[in-house]
Amino acid sequence: MPLVKLKNITKFFPPNILANDHINLEVNVGEIHAILGENGAGKSTLMKILYGMLQPDEGEIYIDGRKVTFRSPRDAMKYGIRMVHQHFMLIENHTVAENIALGMRTSIVNPLKEVKRRIREVSDSYGLKVDPDDYIWQLSAGEKQRVEILRALIDDVRILILDEPTSILTPNEVEKLFEVLRRIRDSGKTILFVTHKLKEVFQISDRVTVLRKGRVIVTKETSETCEEELARLMIGEIAVNGINSNKSNYSGNGVVLEVEDLHVLNDKGVTAVKGVNFKVRSGEIVGIAGVAGNGQRELVEAIVGLRRAVRGRIRILNRDVTKASVLDRLKLGLAHIPEDRIGAGVVPRLSIVDNILLTRYFEKTFTLNSIIINYGKIREATREVISRFNVKASDISMPASTLSGGNIQKLIVGRELSKNPKIIVAVHPTYGLDIAASSYIRRMIIDAGNKGAGVLLVSEDLDELIEICDRIMVMFEGRIVGEFSRESFEPHTIGLLMAGIGGG
Amino acid sequence: MDVIVAFLRTMIRAGTPLLLATLGEIYTERSGIINLGLEGMMIVGASVAYVVAYHTGNPILGILTAICISGAMALIHAFLSITLRSNQIISGLALTMIGVGLSSYIGRDYVGKVGVKLPEIPIYPLSAIPYIGEILFKYDPIVYASLILTFILWFTLYRTKIGIIVRSVGENPSVADSQGVNVYLVRYICTILGGMLAGLSGAYLSLSYVPAWVEGMTGGRGWIAIALTIFAMWDPLKALIGAYLFGGIEVLQYNLQPMGIPPNILAMTPYILTIVTLFIASREKLRRRIGAPACLGQPYTREA
Amino acid sequence: MVKIRIYVRRRVRTSLKVKIVSASLSTLAAVVAIVLMFHVLGVDPLYAFNRIYMASLGSYYGISETITKSIPLLLCGVGLAVAYKAKVWNIGAEGQLLMGAIVSGGLALFTPLPPQLAIPIIFLGGFIGGALWALIPAVLKAKFQVNEVITTLMMNYIAERILLYLVYGPWRGKEVWGFPFTSRIPSYARLPVVPGTRIHYPTLIIGLVSAVLLFFMLSRTTIGFKVRVIGESIRASNYAGIEYSKIVILVMIISGGLAGLAGAGEVAGIQHMLRKGISPGYGFTAIIVAWLGNLNPLLVIASSLLIASILVGGDAIQISIGLSSAFINLFNGTILIFLLLNYFLSEYEIIVRR
Repeated sequence: MPLVKLKNITKFFPPNILANDHINLEVNVGEIHAILGENGAGKSTLMKILYGMLQPDEGEIYIDGRKVTFRSPRDAMKYGIRMVHQHFMLIENHTVAENIALGMRTSIVNPLKEVKRRIREVSDSYGLKVDPDDYIWQLSAGEKQRVEILRALIDDVRILILDEPTSILTPNEVEKLFEVLRRIRDSGKTILFVTHKLKEVFQISDRVTVLRKGRVIVTKETSETCEEELARLMIGEIAVNGINSNKSNYSGNGVVLEVEDLHVLNDKGVTAVKGVNFKVRSGEIVGIAGVAGNGQRELVEAIVGLRRAVRGRIRILNRDVTKASVLDRLKLGLAHIPEDRIGAGVVPRLSIVDNILLTRYFEKTFTLNSIIINYGKIREATREVISRFNVKASDISMPASTLSGGNIQKLIVGRELSKNPKIIVAVHPTYGLDIAASSYIRRMIIDAGNKGAGVLLVSEDLDELIEICDRIMVMFEGRIVGEFSRESFEPHTIGLLMAGIGGG
Repeated sequence: MDVIVAFLRTMIRAGTPLLLATLGEIYTERSGIINLGLEGMMIVGASVAYVVAYHTGNPILGILTAICISGAMALIHAFLSITLRSNQIISGLALTMIGVGLSSYIGRDYVGKVGVKLPEIPIYPLSAIPYIGEILFKYDPIVYASLILTFILWFTLYRTKIGIIVRSVGENPSVADSQGVNVYLVRYICTILGGMLAGLSGAYLSLSYVPAWVEGMTGGRGWIAIALTIFAMWDPLKALIGAYLFGGIEVLQYNLQPMGIPPNILAMTPYILTIVTLFIASREKLRRRIGAPACLGQPYTREA
Repeated sequence: MVKIRIYVRRRVRTSLKVKIVSASLSTLAAVVAIVLMFHVLGVDPLYAFNRIYMASLGSYYGISETITKSIPLLLCGVGLAVAYKAKVWNIGAEGQLLMGAIVSGGLALFTPLPPQLAIPIIFLGGFIGGALWALIPAVLKAKFQVNEVITTLMMNYIAERILLYLVYGPWRGKEVWGFPFTSRIPSYARLPVVPGTRIHYPTLIIGLVSAVLLFFMLSRTTIGFKVRVIGESIRASNYAGIEYSKIVILVMIISGGLAGLAGAGEVAGIQHMLRKGISPGYGFTAIIVAWLGNLNPLLVIASSLLIASILVGGDAIQISIGLSSAFINLFNGTILIFLLLNYFLSEYEIIVRR
């Protein structure tokens, strides 16, 4: 009997993302079970359902063959399930011991004494070196992760879920983590190891389940498969078709965006972009392929001015903008379709009209002396965006929050493309849209290119990149590890490079 | 020497109401709620304690009623800011207004009447020690209680599981929630505790420090307590020192006036010190060491 | 076992129906609470309401007093409305008003102002005094992330002490018989009033014009647009290249300056001197005014009149019922609580699930 059995788990996020599509999964006692898939494959959603953070729309969870319902993580914890997230559930200003004491049954007075004793016991037996008196903010990401694992072990975890645990670790720390995980498994506990890195599957797991687009593709003994096979299963067959052929020629045009030896830190202060160089010419569409978390976000934020570059140069239209403000860059003709649409791309409680104004309030067309807003003009522009990009909005003076997710996305894309920008930085512009809307937006991006804009397109959807890009760069662990021009697109090689295999 | 003894005695007596209210606010803020209704809860406590003691002749009964009524006011603040996720600043100011108005009604027939005074209970034989006995061991029970409370609340905050829970809830409610802590309950309890101590503080003013009912008798001590909470960096022991310092400033205002030091300039110092403390604490590295609750004033909503 | 779970969730959008229902429910609840309060106090509520109405709006004198008291509430209230729109929680209008009063009073008392320019200079001084006082917490917030709630609150009491120091000390007038007053300001520095009333109309006009201009600013200008974006979403404002610290400083200067103008108006229009207790908490009451006006400068004109009428009516019932002047706070506080209730009902929905 499997320890965990997931049956027909289905989770739908309105308006149109089917994150988990009838997923069946069995996990045995005492195994390290890797869950492999690209971002957006539904791994995290599935794990959150098992941990009680999300409730499935359909399907059942069985633990030890008994059907269970988890309304919150606390319910899951009662069954010995613990999850270590990518962002740690630790209190930065408290010590390790205080953090662990919080969820532990301890005496009321002077609880830290026994907590520290338990920490020492458990950390000794699993080789997890942690000083209970350290403050969390003093610790590296790897150490924080150890604290989380330690807390789970002290709580007598039976099933430990690790969500992309190596994404924040140095290679050395990864090795240490794997040693610890093996010890944990050998003590009879079960580990679910979520990853998109093929190598790790082979380094650590006993069995592997591949997810793609919300579905289970296969579950296999790790020893019975190979990297090539898993990569193919994870990424899927890529049909090289629909390559856009009516693109005008851009060669010989001027460079609109130039990035030189760019180094950028992520939120945790770790270098996430490690010396990236590239140029985008007017009329050119350059794609950045890569699995999320390989520095794309930091790269984009540095280009648009939301994040400081610690080294290197960024030039827009031959102007050095490395230290320029967001506004200065927008004024130079930069358009940005951000990754976090609801959080940053729109102001949900302001009207649709105001949301069109959001990145255009400084344009002369819409203001009198850049002080008084000409709402007549901006309303006109709003109606144009809405009709051109087929945004379903009944009343443009209603808050943007009344639009569906897909329509908000079309609104943002429409707003940015209709500015006649010189450079477009687009992050997953079609994510979550239906086929018709997606292909329309791709069409519009190509048109913008034909009109002379340089486009930097960050996407995890290789099909999309192949369809419209003139050039594709693959980003892995903060570096550009491969570059392909349209004549030489090799989806298979690109896929392997995205997974960190091959290349140089 | 007698002047110094007298000064130290008045300093401690002037600092006691500040200390009590601050101890409560420390717990409230540590749990992530800011209560600007302190002044209102204090003054209601003062009026209620006075009136009840006046009629029953029993100051203890007066004190207990004051604690309950002020606690009930804090419950309103808790309900508004925790359950209804209201703006805590507005809610606190509203309760201060209500408290000021309510107390003027409660106490209207008692202005100028001689009531009950809490007796001093010297701790014999310690009180017989020359000077020291006078300075430390000859007070009414509330002063002793404030000292015991300071220690208990300090110990609880830093040396018990309860303290870890309270601090966690103010630092990062979602982490506390994930570890099985009932964030709302902890915040309710800490907010009510804050109100109760404000009530006790008010009772001390009308039953011991003044002792009488005078309209508006808290005279902004509630606001000083809020300042002191920050000045003391949310630590009960530092609050003790701060309260006596601010109490000393209050006393000195009148004592130094003949020497040409304007009392109003001296009276500004607590507020200025608070702004300076806040400024210093704004540096992230220092904030960590100081322990300013990271999620102060932010309603907590669990993601559904 | 059936477990019922109650969720509270923020509404995506508040429909007009919800707004009306929640406003009526909250108003009803507030009225019930106030009626109950009067009952407990042993006062016939109808009698009390009648007294309040008669005193504030039922007579020429009452109306003129209501307008007079609405002037500082309006000036402080519209400024606060703009600051709160940007989610900058300035609760220091009282101190900013006092600093405006001090600067304008000082100018009127101690500088040889050319009589024709005296009044504009006094207003300007008031604005600058309030704005500079607000600038301190503004810079602390914008550049050092210091919580403005506490700093503005503390600055109120510092300003009050400065005023007391001045009127008890160096600025105390010669013929004031020991009262904490300054001398009276010269007559050319006094504001004209509507004959037979205390309505110093220049300040009133400034208040009305500010309300209209700020309404226009918020709804029709790029600066107002930035204020609204920042108030709704700091992340979106970063994305759009809006400079947060500039806007914070700007709204603080506006709200502080307008509060300072209110102080100048009180000095030059009403008191004709600086004195202890020059403001009976107008800066605090203006917080209610701003909220009651739904942070809309035009509605603040109405809410300032409403609250002013309660202040005036409150004075009257205090006399006839025999309550002290502090009593009216009970009223104002209760209104504020029910405003919060209204906000909750219109912004959140309660979902009951099994």
